Amino acid sequence: MIDTAVRVLKPTTPEEVQVLVAEAGAAARHIEVVGGGTKRGVGEMDPVDLVLSTQRLDRIVDYAPEELVLTVQPGVRMVDVEKLVAARGQMLAFEPPRWTRLVGSRGEPTLGGVLAANLSGPRRIRAGAARDHFLGFEAVSGRGEIFKAGGKVVKNVTGYDLMKLMAGSWGTLAILTEVTVKVLPAPRAETTLLLFGLPDVRAAEAMTIAMNGPWEVSAAAHLPTFAARARPLKAEMPTTALRLEGFEASVAARVDGLLAALRGYGRIDALDGEHSRQFWSQVREVEAFAGDPRPLWRLSLPPATGWRGPHGLPGDALYDWAGGLAWLLTEEPPEKVRAVTAGLGGHALCLRGAPAFAARAGALGALHDRVKAAFDPLGVLNPGRLEGAG
Amino acid sequence: MRMPAPDPSLVARKGEIVRALQKIVPGEGVVSEAAGLVPFESDGLSAYRQTPIAVVLPETTRQVSEILAWCHANGVKVVPRGAGTSLSGGALPLADGVVLGLSKFNRVLEVDYANRCAVVQPGVTNLGVTGAVEAQGFYYAPDPSSQIACTIGGNVAENSGGVHCLKYGLTTNNLLGCELVLMTGEVVRLGGKAMDAEGYDLLGLVTGSEGLLGVVTEVTVRVLPRPETAKALLLGFPTVEGAAATVGDIIAAGVIPAGLEMMDNPAIRAAEAFVGAGYPVDAAALLIVELDGPAAECVELVGHVRMLAAERGADFVKTSENESERLAFWAGRKAAFPAVGRIAPDYFCMDGTIPRRALPQVLGRITELSAEYGLGVANVFHAGDGNLHPLILYDADIPGDLEKAEAFGADILKLCVAVGGVLTGEHGVGVEKRDLMGEMFDETDLACQQRVKCAFDPSLLLNPGKVFPTLHRCAELGRVHVHKGKVAFPELPRF
Repeated sequence: MIDTAVRVLKPTTPEEVQVLVAEAGAAARHIEVVGGGTKRGVGEMDPVDLVLSTQRLDRIVDYAPEELVLTVQPGVRMVDVEKLVAARGQMLAFEPPRWTRLVGSRGEPTLGGVLAANLSGPRRIRAGAARDHFLGFEAVSGRGEIFKAGGKVVKNVTGYDLMKLMAGSWGTLAILTEVTVKVLPAPRAETTLLLFGLPDVRAAEAMTIAMNGPWEVSAAAHLPTFAARARPLKAEMPTTALRLEGFEASVAARVDGLLAALRGYGRIDALDGEHSRQFWSQVREVEAFAGDPRPLWRLSLPPATGWRGPHGLPGDALYDWAGGLAWLLTEEPPEKVRAVTAGLGGHALCLRGAPAFAARAGALGALHDRVKAAFDPLGVLNPGRLEGAG
Repeated sequence: MRMPAPDPSLVARKGEIVRALQKIVPGEGVVSEAAGLVPFESDGLSAYRQTPIAVVLPETTRQVSEILAWCHANGVKVVPRGAGTSLSGGALPLADGVVLGLSKFNRVLEVDYANRCAVVQPGVTNLGVTGAVEAQGFYYAPDPSSQIACTIGGNVAENSGGVHCLKYGLTTNNLLGCELVLMTGEVVRLGGKAMDAEGYDLLGLVTGSEGLLGVVTEVTVRVLPRPETAKALLLGFPTVEGAAATVGDIIAAGVIPAGLEMMDNPAIRAAEAFVGAGYPVDAAALLIVELDGPAAECVELVGHVRMLAAERGADFVKTSENESERLAFWAGRKAAFPAVGRIAPDYFCMDGTIPRRALPQVLGRITELSAEYGLGVANVFHAGDGNLHPLILYDADIPGDLEKAEAFGADILKLCVAVGGVLTGEHGVGVEKRDLMGEMFDETDLACQQRVKCAFDPSLLLNPGKVFPTLHRCAELGRVHVHKGKVAFPELPRF
């Protein structure tokens, strides 16, 4: 629950962050860490004494396009990061989503928040997740110590890869104060091929054919009718979409190859350039599900079995990541959603309407707890945030 | 380099330890005779050797679990080992420890094309993974030069790279899951066939942890469809600066080649003399650029890269006309280490990464250091991602030469860090760079990393003496220091 009466502090230096965390530890107090605050509604949080916002840690530290490296403070807004790198023809290849409309929040997400939640968009199937582009950081641990890990070059195996640990830790281990990420050239051209009217099982087949050929598909999604109805598609039937990106001649050649491979799947249309970008932005933001009051689930699944998860659960589903990511609106009990998902070799995150994370048990659960204690033994940071129930 | 002093009481318990291991792995799974232990004395970093108490070669996860549990209960140190090709001494045995070899875990358990992954045992070789899927047009992307021998379990431990990782990533970017046995014998599964981790990304943490956190007994890797075509270019330059600038230009043009390698003149000559790849032996620097994808893309980009190289003064340009020529272009580079091995009795391979813009400066300084130390050096370089492999030539039979080579290597790595780079891009810290960790990380940084070690292995029995210059006791690291006294930043609002 977000308690609006709790004081919000916005430190401007890592040293100020350090002092606040160290003092909180000494006084047995608890801190909620926020970037843009747009995902605060995801997951439960035990009561805190203080909200620490990274919004004023918002300096661009170094951008070296020719080295493919960007170093910023975590409070830099995503919109500013993307504008900065786009001006040099580059991008964050993991295509981070905002999810603001989806979860009904206000404000602008920050890069620190995106990394802390390991948020990745449709290109994840080709370019990897946020964690794959996270090269180094400086942070304040729950012990109130300033420390760093990784580096500011694209290839580095010196010491433990704590970037992977921070990505997806939802602020429960440390407060990032500086982050270095890999940037990549943005594609010159993109085309999205659209297949119409395929039932889920046929769509999954088509996506597998596309993914298993040499066409370097950079996004593959399947939308049910209600999601395909929106602009720019305006389709009154289920629609399967496959994106190809790169140099113009290459995209054209791959479009031809893929069209030939998908003969037998009916009429195929194409979206180019801006229309394609607009379409994938909708998929990335799961716009079709915004504003729906039903519990909202994000299922991470083995791609080829993805469609079977929602199939075993009544509700509405759409698929990204070639089936590896299923978005689901359902009234089914959380235990059932998690059990069906786990049975298929995946796991479920609830963004609204039920506890966000699953409970952890056994040796793995104990290991998680020891990792948390290694960085935040007093439980100062985001208490209860990653805890699951049911 | 010194290893921690062995515990004589453990060495004295050899008989008991061997009997206990034999009980868990009957038959020929335990090696304890002096002659049998010789092949395990060292890994790819052959400058350092050590005979372990024994080597145990289990065949099942259950045996691995029982071995670790017994060693944990009895305070016996364990060094995990794949094929023993580590270039940083990651599998160097301990005089008071046992080596746990995973070579018998050599089966491909499942190939799942629909999910584009393969489930393999850790002793399968890197090339063996590709071998299992290539008939269907797939491959496993990370390709360390030792790929014919090195195992996937070792790749996970070291987060191995290769010449194609600029475009396709290191091991960590190509893994989906693993089964891990903790030092206590507990077995956990991390990840699976889905793309995202649940909870903390412990798979990502374990990858590249150099055998200090757990023993991997099963690995799920991502496999990729083969690109339609691949073409390689050889570009010879009269100056190192010209080659370095071309690398920057290629990236700036928005091209991410599948491979982008550079060799300096001594490396070119050594490789050419060894394999006859058709390299220009008079060039100051050679770039090997590989472009892959649809034929239309390769043709377009080859033209683009040739033009960029010409503008920077390339005076030798050759494009592979067919697959065998492409492989021949790479043969010289992939054999660069053994080629250098032919021109000097011994060599040390360094592995720093630098921001590419610092390349001319760093290579210039390496040449100066080479003269100062009186030791030759040949440079091969994963130029696209700034990962430098200077090969320092020395002769271990000359007293003092090894120490000189170590000092030269340390100077190079300090230089890498000083220009904004790191100690190791893909070979790992191991024992080789252990004592240099302080160049990159302060005490607090190292304490944070060691607490992770403590979360996995609180008794510090798994591969101790590697990675960390000093292993502090976990109880000491775990203490929470509450700072009282003077309040910093009095102007800050408080609770």
